[in-house]
Amino acid sequence: MSKHSLQRLTASPAVGVASRTLAAVFGGYALAACATTALALWLPAAPATAVITANLLSFLIYTVAVLWAFATRSAARAWVGILAPALMLAVLAWLGGAGNPF
Amino acid sequence: MAWLHTWSGLLLGWLLLAMFVTGTSAYFREEISLWMAPELHHSQPSPDTPALAWAALNAKAPDAKSWDIQLPEARSPVAQLRWQPDRPQAEDGGRRRGEQAVMDAGSGELLSPRASRGGDFLYRFHFELYGVPRIWARWLICVATMFMLVAIVSGVITHKKIFKDFFTFRPGKGQRSWLDSHNATAVLALPFHFMITYSGLLIFMVMLMPWGMNAAYEDGWRGFFQDVFPREEPAAEGGAAMPMVDIVPLVARARDTFEQPVRRISVDWPNRDNAVIRVSTAKDPHITDQRRGGNPTLVFNGGTGELLETRPGDEAVPGAFRVYNLLVNLHLARFADPTVRWLFFLFGVGGTAMVATGMLLWVSKRTQQLRGKAPGAALRLVNGLNIASLTGLLGALAAYFAANRLLPVELAARESWEIRVFFLTWLLALGHALLRPDRRGWIEQLAAITVLWAALPLLNVATTGSHLFSATAWRTGALAGFDVVCLLMAATGGYALWRVVRKQPVRGRGPLPQRRTAEDGA
Repeated sequence: MSKHSLQRLTASPAVGVASRTLAAVFGGYALAACATTALALWLPAAPATAVITANLLSFLIYTVAVLWAFATRSAARAWVGILAPALMLAVLAWLGGAGNPF
Repeated sequence: MAWLHTWSGLLLGWLLLAMFVTGTSAYFREEISLWMAPELHHSQPSPDTPALAWAALNAKAPDAKSWDIQLPEARSPVAQLRWQPDRPQAEDGGRRRGEQAVMDAGSGELLSPRASRGGDFLYRFHFELYGVPRIWARWLICVATMFMLVAIVSGVITHKKIFKDFFTFRPGKGQRSWLDSHNATAVLALPFHFMITYSGLLIFMVMLMPWGMNAAYEDGWRGFFQDVFPREEPAAEGGAAMPMVDIVPLVARARDTFEQPVRRISVDWPNRDNAVIRVSTAKDPHITDQRRGGNPTLVFNGGTGELLETRPGDEAVPGAFRVYNLLVNLHLARFADPTVRWLFFLFGVGGTAMVATGMLLWVSKRTQQLRGKAPGAALRLVNGLNIASLTGLLGALAAYFAANRLLPVELAARESWEIRVFFLTWLLALGHALLRPDRRGWIEQLAAITVLWAALPLLNVATTGSHLFSATAWRTGALAGFDVVCLLMAATGGYALWRVVRKQPVRGRGPLPQRRTAEDGA
C-alpha cells in the first residue's frame, strides 16, 4: 500500500475501515459463493470435476477479494470492485440453472 | 497493508496458537492414543493374528450384522475388532457405531484399556474445540483459518524484502530478534503455512462453500458424494445360518495377489449363507489418492471361500480431484512415512513459533514505545493472554498426559476427568498470567512447564512397564519417542527460562513490561 493511499485511509479512519471490513468479509464471501456456483455450472467438465474445481478456487477468490478491499484507494472502490463481479457471476449462475440457494 | 497483518494476526492469534499446538500433536494422534493406553503396550503382532481375531469375533459376536477387523501395523501393535449387532437401530438407542474391542495381537486376549480420549481429544480440539456446539466451533475455527490465510498473503506483500529478511537474524536485541524470528519461521515454512490453511478450508468446503454443489446436484452435497464415492449397500437381510470358511487361506491369497501385508478384513452377514468377506491389503500410498479406501481388495463368498471379485485399488481420478486430494493428504499427512511425519511435526512446531513470535513482537514493540512508562491495561491484558496461551497451554498439555497416568483406572467417567484436568490447568495458568502479566509471570510458568514435562517420563517409570528404560518402549518406537519428546519439551522450557532469567530488564527495552522500572522512572 502506497504512502498516499495510507494517508487517505487515515483521513476517515473508523468509517472507512469498518466499511472495507464489511466489504471484505461479506462482500468477499458473496463474490466467492457466486463464483463457485457459476464455475460449478459452467465449467466444461463432468459435474463432480466442475464442483471440485470451483471449490478449489473459491477460497483463493475470497482471499483476493479481502486483499482488494483493503488495498484499493477508497472504500467505495472496494465495494464496487467486489459487488460488480459478484452480480455478473450471480447472473451467470442463474442462466446456468441455479435456483434459489436457500 | 501492514496494519491488516498486525490486527488480523493479533485478534485470532491466541486461537491460532491453540490450533497449531493441538493440530501439531495430531500428526502423532495414534501414537499419543497408544501411549495413553498402557494396557495395550505389550501386544506384539504375530502371523496368527488374523486367525486369533477371527476366533475372537466368532466367540463374541457370531451372529452380528457385520464384522470389521483392523490388523496391527507400524503405528498400532493391536488388532481392532468392530461389529454391528443384528438388531434394529432403535433398540441400540440409535447407536450406529456398533460395538468394538481391542485384541492383543499376540495372545488373542481381549484387552480393556483405561478410559481415555487419547490423541483424539487434541485432534478434535484443533478443529472443533470442546464443549461448544460443534457447528459453531467449526465456523469459528474456519474464520480464524481464513484470517490466517489473509495474514499470510498480506504478510508476504508487507515484507517486500522477504528473502533478505529471511537471512537476517539479530539475536539478543529484544524487538528486533522477535521480528527476525517471526520472519524466519514464517518464510522457512511458508509453503507449509499456506498449504495447511488452504487445505484446512477445503476440508470444510461442504460447510463453508456448499453453493456450487447445491446448484450442480439435485440433493446438494449428498448427491455430490454419491457421485464421487458410490456406496455399495450390503444385502438387507441375513440368510440362513451357515458356518464360514477358515480365514487364514484367504489372507494368504490376498497377500500373494497384491504382494502387500493384509490390513483389514470386513464381513457382511457373518456365519450366514450370504456372507461376504473382503480382505484388503496395504497399498503404496500416493500423495494424490483419495482420503479413505482404495486399498487393493479380494472379495470372497463367506461360506465357500470362492473368489467373487478382485479390486486392484484406486482408479485414475481427474486432475482436479488429484489437486484436492493432494492438499487434503498434505494437511493430514496421510501418506507420510515416519521421517516425513516428523518433518511435518517440525513444520507444525515452526508454525506455532511463528504465531507465538508474532504475538511477542506485538507486545515487545508497544513496550518499547512506552519508554519506561508503566504499561496500560490493554498491553498487560495482551501479555497475560500471551503467557496463558503459550506456556499455559503447554502446561495443560503436560497435565493432561500426567492425569492419564495418575487418575485411578476404575474412576467413573475417567476420560472426562482427563479432559477436566487439561482445562483446569489451563484456567489456572490463565488466572496466574492475568495476575502477573509481566516477567515474573513468564518465569514462573516456564519453570512450571519445565518441571511438568520433565516429570512425565519419570511418572511413566513409576506407573508403567513401558518407560524409557524398558524394551517394550523401544520395540514400539512411538512409546520411547513420546518420552523423548517430553524431555525435549522440558529442555526447551528450561532453555527459555534461562534466557528470560538471565536477561536483565532494561528500562524501555526488552520484550517484557516491568512495573518496577516504571516506579523508578516516576
